[in-house]
Amino acid sequence: MEKPTVSHGTFVIERTYAATPERVFAAFSDPVKKRRWYIEGHNNEAETFEMDFRVGGTDRSSYRMGPNSPLPGTVISNETKYMDIVPNRRIVIAYTMSMGERRFSSSQATFELVPSEKGTELTFTEQGAYFEGSDGIQMRENGWRLLLEHLDKGIPVAA
Amino acid sequence: MPHRKIHVDRVFHALGDPTRRALVERLSEGPISVSLLAKPLAITLAAVVQHLQVLEKSGLVRTEKLGRVRTCRIETAGLSVAEQWIEDRRAIWEKRLDRLGDLLQE
Repeated sequence: MEKPTVSHGTFVIERTYAATPERVFAAFSDPVKKRRWYIEGHNNEAETFEMDFRVGGTDRSSYRMGPNSPLPGTVISNETKYMDIVPNRRIVIAYTMSMGERRFSSSQATFELVPSEKGTELTFTEQGAYFEGSDGIQMRENGWRLLLEHLDKGIPVAA
Repeated sequence: MPHRKIHVDRVFHALGDPTRRALVERLSEGPISVSLLAKPLAITLAAVVQHLQVLEKSGLVRTEKLGRVRTCRIETAGLSVAEQWIEDRRAIWEKRLDRLGDLLQE
């Protein structure tokens, strides 16, 4: 078995939405809305999606990586626990991600919603612990391989 | 943490050549010495070294001398393991938050 290792990291993403904090918050609390942005990318196929939006509640979701992804057919699953919810202002989650049976990260993520003239400023902060195996490097190498195959065939690579 | 950005035009120039693509493809299987890398190719060692220099400048490949052997490997965008993890995870969330923006515009 691979030697257990952990890398820690933090990153921040900011977005401004032309919508009130109430509408942005509803996209998190309403399962029909959340499923659409959270899991249904054009490249992924949702397998399961369960939601329990309350402090202490757990979401479980999984998707199969699409044909243009680095690892087509691989199932990525996600278990999320709500740590703090302030309606229309803040959501804090703790979540793990797994590839097949293997957990590869455990993170805390915070969504802050601040009303602004344009609508809502959303700040997303992830503080993560990333584990050995099934890792970024492998995905990147597979990505390179795919990119090169596409270049060879002269096919544009799907974004 | 040092962070070297890949220059897109250099990458495309580097990968625009079939020999260099073959080198990258071979290197994506793992690190290898320059002489072993050159062996199956119908070009001189000097030509391989020149191609490697182009790949190295574009940030795709790294070479290092260990004793008398020069080994080359894929340089995964000049990022550390932690940085790669963050880039991968950031990409997932950026796509999600963009889709959230699309949804909110409906």
